[in-house]
Amino acid sequence: MAETNLFGGLTGGMLIGLAAALLLLVNGRIAGISGILGGLITANSPSERFWRGAFIIGLVCGAAIYSWLHGGLPLQLQAGNSLLLLAGLLVGFGTRLGSGCTSGHGVCGLARRSPRSLVATATFIACGMLTVYVMRHVF
Amino acid sequence: MLPVISSFALGVLFAFGLAISEMIDPARVTGFLDIFGRWDPTLLFVMGGALAVTLTLFPWIQKRERSLLGEPFHMPAQSHIEARLIIGAAIFGIGWGLAGLCPGPAIAGLASGSGGVLLFVLAMIAGQWLAGRFNPR
Repeated sequence: MAETNLFGGLTGGMLIGLAAALLLLVNGRIAGISGILGGLITANSPSERFWRGAFIIGLVCGAAIYSWLHGGLPLQLQAGNSLLLLAGLLVGFGTRLGSGCTSGHGVCGLARRSPRSLVATATFIACGMLTVYVMRHVF
Repeated sequence: MLPVISSFALGVLFAFGLAISEMIDPARVTGFLDIFGRWDPTLLFVMGGALAVTLTLFPWIQKRERSLLGEPFHMPAQSHIEARLIIGAAIFGIGWGLAGLCPGPAIAGLASGSGGVLLFVLAMIAGQWLAGRFNPR
């Protein structure tokens, strides 16, 4: 396991927070990625679809530009294909049911001091920790 | 056109944050969730850095009537803590722990060209669709 990335974590986190704050200031929108993606599928007006699609494409392009600048992305998958399929289904289902993910509840919701987001964030972190515990230390 | 350009640019900035903080790497995420193993607190610094910015700027932004592009602020309307919020967050947490991927890093991670990440994202879209059919809001 790599060493704690304190500097990268703090500066990267601040960029994430800045992007979320600017999306609110400029577009009037909450930077919750699961919500932006979900609304892309259910949106019924072209303008709704366009800003959502642009943000999603921006995410992929941003990572591609970073990868090009640094000769690759730091990304080691932790699961095989069947587990990735199951995990993806759970993440999609759960974020839709629970109205948000790490960014929507964890970064934006907590900044709005939303009790819902505090409960959701505590719940998904606890369940994530429990899942990793069972996967790594029980089986 | 302007909302599309700013949205794209902020998606790029968000992805840079995910890459620099290495949150795009599932190993960093499972390392944070593994409190009984070799715990990696990096994710805590990422959340701290992000929240330091949003906690400072959100109240100031929300004093405005409208966004810079003249949009009203689209804020989540619900305030009630119901079962579906907790059950949904729990299901999300299990999936997050299984793969170390959540929606933002997974979508940004598509840029790696990894077939596994693509599989995860497609399954995630299917999961969202299923939840919408099962319990539409």
